[in-house]
Amino acid sequence: METAPKPSLWLRLANPAAFNALANVLLWPLIVGTIAAFGYGLYGAFMTSPADYQQGETVRIMYIHVPAAWLSLFVYAGMAVSALGTLVFRHPMADVAQKAAAPVGAGFTLICLLTGSFWGKPMWGTWWEWDARLTSVLILFLIYLGIIALWRAIDEPQRGARAVAIMTLVGAVNLPIIKFSVDWWYTLHQPASVFRMGGPTIDRAMLTPLFVMGLAYLLLYLVLLIVRMKTELMVRRIERLQIVAADKQARQGGSR
Amino acid sequence: MSAILAVIRRELTLARRIGAGVELGIVFFLILISVVPFAIGADQKLIGRIAPALLWLAALLATLLGLDRLLQADEEDGIVDHLQLAETPLMLVLAAKALAHWLVTGLPLSLVAPLLGLMLAIEPQAMLPLSISLLIGTPALTLIGLIGASLTVSLKRGGLLLSVLVLPLSIPTLIFGATVVKEAAAGRAYSTPLMLLAGVSLIMLVVAPLAAAGALRFARN
Amino acid sequence: MIDLGPHADYIVASYAAAGLVLGLLIGASVLANLAAARRLAALEAREASKPAAAKQ
Repeated sequence: METAPKPSLWLRLANPAAFNALANVLLWPLIVGTIAAFGYGLYGAFMTSPADYQQGETVRIMYIHVPAAWLSLFVYAGMAVSALGTLVFRHPMADVAQKAAAPVGAGFTLICLLTGSFWGKPMWGTWWEWDARLTSVLILFLIYLGIIALWRAIDEPQRGARAVAIMTLVGAVNLPIIKFSVDWWYTLHQPASVFRMGGPTIDRAMLTPLFVMGLAYLLLYLVLLIVRMKTELMVRRIERLQIVAADKQARQGGSR
Repeated sequence: MSAILAVIRRELTLARRIGAGVELGIVFFLILISVVPFAIGADQKLIGRIAPALLWLAALLATLLGLDRLLQADEEDGIVDHLQLAETPLMLVLAAKALAHWLVTGLPLSLVAPLLGLMLAIEPQAMLPLSISLLIGTPALTLIGLIGASLTVSLKRGGLLLSVLVLPLSIPTLIFGATVVKEAAAGRAYSTPLMLLAGVSLIMLVVAPLAAAGALRFARN
Repeated sequence: MIDLGPHADYIVASYAAAGLVLGLLIGASVLANLAAARRLAALEAREASKPAAAKQ
């Protein structure tokens, strides 16, 4: 960093070494925060929060189900921003972040689907109900899987990054349309009750653990994102080193 | 403009020469519809009830199957490189290719659909809406497919991946399209889903050529 | 332990499923990280030793 004008943090992060330095500072506090948030959230979910007067104790599934749904969308939004970073700003860390985030996002979406299914069995009487919200999440899951499949199919990271970025943005454009069409197709579920106009209708004793669990998921996501980004950077460095080594070997073999 | 027309003419000629013209698409459509009763039984009432969905699913599959070759053959020949260097914007060329693809798949399907609807015991008053909905909705399927084709163009076995990428995105088209026919068959007003279907097609008309051109250009770098 | 009511199995199962998915994610991420770190260290050690051997 000897260059005269000090580059912004954003630009400096383009350097893998700078990113690693920042990541190493952040990683352990985030891990501690994740464990604390999960501990407090789970304690609240089981000990301090009441059972729902309608749904009984099964409402405790909400504390892992609903934050997973939030995160599944949050991660996708982050990937869409990364995609813009790849296509517009050519930020070298953008596609690393995107590649690292996709499986984590798919994981949260899967949790949302599984817990929704376990919630649905006692509530609806079936494991799977084709209701608007679950179906939208299922489609989001399928889009995640498509993006991961695209990453795996293209072996050059540079080219893959751009194809995936375009797919991510196309998905981002389509998600509201899909959401709308699925809602329109089936409007039977209870209306969204946390972020509703005029304040939440859920009791505070339930809301606090819910948000703490959301925070726990978010922190866990950040931890996983950092670890996976560091991994991806190492993998890319390994590939570069191997190419250099093979190149050197070939040249030595040729000169003899 | 003449360049666009040339692209369309070339695509149509190619489709005819390699035997993937209008007829094959219709035959495929017919076969898909004929297979269904064997799978679900010869229950006329049941078939009549699910017929709108069947016809739309068949249209979706028929559109999807030809798509992986939409750009791949040109990529292998190096034609995609030429198209990028050409004066005509790549976006327009790709839109023209999509139009040509639609002319040999979506358009004939929309026209023969009422006939197949007859076989599937669709209510008579739903025949015209069926055709109209396919006419308005299949362009969206082709355009979504164009995005998938451009993303998988350089992959050896992109066909399956293309379907995985494209199918989730075509769900709104399927929902609105099938609803038009269902509502019409039940004798209700169907203008709302039809408008929404047209909306999806128009959005895709803007998004798809842009995304596809971007994908092709970036694939080349 | 609090009473989870008649549907305790479903509650436990959903928490177990979420734990499993998160566990797999964490496990896969950490293992991949360790594997990459080990390979990178091995490669760099080889790179560092080679020029020295060539100079002798």
